[in-house]
Amino acid sequence: MNKNLQYRVITIVIVIALAVWAFYPPSEKINLGLDLKCGVHLVLRVQTDDALKLETETTVERLRDTLTRAGVQFAKLEQSSAESFVVEGITDDQAFRTAAVEPDTVFNRASGAGRYTYTMKANIAQQLRGEAVTQALQTIERRVNELGVTEPIVARQGGVDQILVQLPGVSDVQRAKDIIRSTALLELKFVEQGPFSSEEEARKAYNDAVPPDMVLVPGSADSGAGAGTPATMYYVVRRTSVVTGRDLRNARPTIDENNLPAVGFSLNQDGARKFGTATEQNIGRQLAIILDNRVFSAPVVQSRISDEGRISGAFTQQEAQDLSLVLRSGALPASLTYLEERTVGPSLGADSIRSGVTASIGGLILVIVFMLVYYRLAGLNAFVSIVVNLLILVGMMAYLGSVMTLPGFAGFILTIGIGVDSNVLIFERIKEELANAKSVKAAIAAGFDRVWWTIVDTHIASLIAAAFLFQFGTGPIRGFATTLAIGLAANVFTAIFVSRTMFEIVLTRRRAATLSI
Amino acid sequence: MRILTNVNIDWLRWRWHSLAVSWLIILGGIGLIATRGLPLGIDFTGGTALVVQFETDVPLQQVRSAVEPLPGEEVVQQFDDPSKRQVLIRLAQVETAEQGASLEEGSKQVTAALQNAGLPKFEIISRDLVGAVIGEDLQRKGIYATIASLLGIMAYISFRFRFSFGIGAMVASIHDVLITLSLLTFFGYELSLNVIAAILTLVGYGVNDQIVIFDRVRENLRTHRNEPMNVVINKSVNQTLPRTVITAGSTSLAVLSLYLFGGVVLEPFAFAMLVGIITSTYSTVFIASAVAVLLSPRQREARAAHASGAAGKPGGKSSRRAKAS
Repeated sequence: MNKNLQYRVITIVIVIALAVWAFYPPSEKINLGLDLKCGVHLVLRVQTDDALKLETETTVERLRDTLTRAGVQFAKLEQSSAESFVVEGITDDQAFRTAAVEPDTVFNRASGAGRYTYTMKANIAQQLRGEAVTQALQTIERRVNELGVTEPIVARQGGVDQILVQLPGVSDVQRAKDIIRSTALLELKFVEQGPFSSEEEARKAYNDAVPPDMVLVPGSADSGAGAGTPATMYYVVRRTSVVTGRDLRNARPTIDENNLPAVGFSLNQDGARKFGTATEQNIGRQLAIILDNRVFSAPVVQSRISDEGRISGAFTQQEAQDLSLVLRSGALPASLTYLEERTVGPSLGADSIRSGVTASIGGLILVIVFMLVYYRLAGLNAFVSIVVNLLILVGMMAYLGSVMTLPGFAGFILTIGIGVDSNVLIFERIKEELANAKSVKAAIAAGFDRVWWTIVDTHIASLIAAAFLFQFGTGPIRGFATTLAIGLAANVFTAIFVSRTMFEIVLTRRRAATLSI
Repeated sequence: MRILTNVNIDWLRWRWHSLAVSWLIILGGIGLIATRGLPLGIDFTGGTALVVQFETDVPLQQVRSAVEPLPGEEVVQQFDDPSKRQVLIRLAQVETAEQGASLEEGSKQVTAALQNAGLPKFEIISRDLVGAVIGEDLQRKGIYATIASLLGIMAYISFRFRFSFGIGAMVASIHDVLITLSLLTFFGYELSLNVIAAILTLVGYGVNDQIVIFDRVRENLRTHRNEPMNVVINKSVNQTLPRTVITAGSTSLAVLSLYLFGGVVLEPFAFAMLVGIITSTYSTVFIASAVAVLLSPRQREARAAHASGAAGKPGGKSSRRAKAS
């Protein structure tokens, strides 16, 4: 064996060793996709309109404040859609314009006689939407991490407002979904009046005109209330919150004075200061604890409270635990809807792995038998190059951390097919050259040289298709596209380099005049 | 062992016949799709697919009658081996209701229907809920990806060989995709993500055969300067015929294994691949070459020369010019 050939053999051995080292032991090193183990794949949409609505709402309230303080007369100030509002019946145009400066940074103003329509600027609306998605993503990430799922995936997907969540190994899918989706917006607001037993009654208390700085919020009846009270009560509370979920430092499950599960929370410094002042000034008043626009309880403030509070309701232990989790991870900036859910149970995943492995081995055996029958000893050559190809493929997948999916097994089988294709191409060419009365050595050299560009071209064409496939697909399909692409790349190495080296070793061993092909 | 050596078949003579056969199949497929509709799976239409495993044997008919009253169209099928007692229940997206709550609606309805029908205890082992938005998204993406990879491959072949070959390859690939779609529809397979993946793979795979032949054509054009394109192409197809047939045979064997052992989920994928491999072998020989000949400058010149009666043999001048092109 000459030096050159020795180096080539060493290269091949090193490549094989590296590949095996990369994926051994496979049960630890190969990432299985969700379709091969149990778990759930979710796609959510962030209702980004919510974020715009909130911004508009806040602006309207602030403008109302400003105008009232400046003494500007107006008949109506009202939100007309998620991103617009109108002011009507302005008597003094000049005074209005001087006072209402603030909305102009965010909104475009269109004027008519005594009437102004504000529409959110397009770039700002887009920015708010983007922020809402980013915030939702981060919040979901925190929640999923607290769920204790191993190797979860939370990522943006496809459309601008879609989020992909993959939770391997989760068996209680419904609970996971509820936790991810709950808005968990906590607000503490002082009660103006209530509780009322119906909405109409509450409105009647204000002669059907609830002042703009107050809102009507439904809630559950206090646990202390006797039988006969309706399940849903209505509270009229101040529009502005004393503190919100943003001021939370921590939340944890606890028990209330009746020994029932509850959620205890503590406020951060800033929140504690605000809360302390507010409670001190309002001793004796009811403070509503509102979660996701529903009053959970409305205890009377007995004394100054600085940084500790408790939410009681008719919680189970699990609910108290989940609520603390979502409060800790922060509120979602917008509500979420589920667009897609794919759940795989553990038994199905195991079945899929079994059939995938069977099919791959079956394909390999069928092809190899065919090659050995047709090409005799050279078929062995094809066998070695295909096996090396598969080893490199699995090694690269482990090294790159790409995910093995059920369609990925199809990628294995196609890699076998492509490997055979290249070998057949080379062998047939060698046969042709032999038929043209070339020596064995010359025929092998010509065979490999002539097909080199053909193999490059076919592989690039297949890679183009694989690239678009990756672009198109979600999880499992991407697994297939990656497998296929790595298999293609490995095949250029094995079909040309490995196979040729083997031929040349045979040539040096017995100065062959014939070739078993 | 050698097969198909020194064959000398005039493939191009049969191009109109083969075109007729292909059109028959494609038109049949289009007719089928027009009457039955393209069999889009829930991946593309949105809907619910549940696989439930019963504790004891249940006749499929009982499961079917349990879910029959639900709104929309239901499909009830044996899933995998009957001994596993697994049943696939699929429900199309019923209305275009707002997602969120409605995404789970189908699944809830099926579960309730099965419970109320007094069937044995069961467990849901897989659940796919796809909203209409996602389905539309995937439909669009699938079409774009197919078109883009067709164009990408055509561009590459035009760049590496010549434009007429690129067009030939694209026509052949479109042909393969249409035939595969027709046969999938005929055999009642649904278009799922996996099937679209198979079709996209086919586009890449089918081109392999064409590249091998085109490569040989290029080589032969260099060594046989005086021969018209159709002769060169015929010769090239014949020379590479053993490789074409053996490759198709061995790859089909590998995919056959996938079809037989790959399980229910991959079966449609394997079917599409099998059909595609056979079709693409056929289309390479008959269609890609025919289109390449039709569009080839050397062929046009040869034909023009023949028509004007200028030469029995195509002149050296024209072929030299053709080489430069």
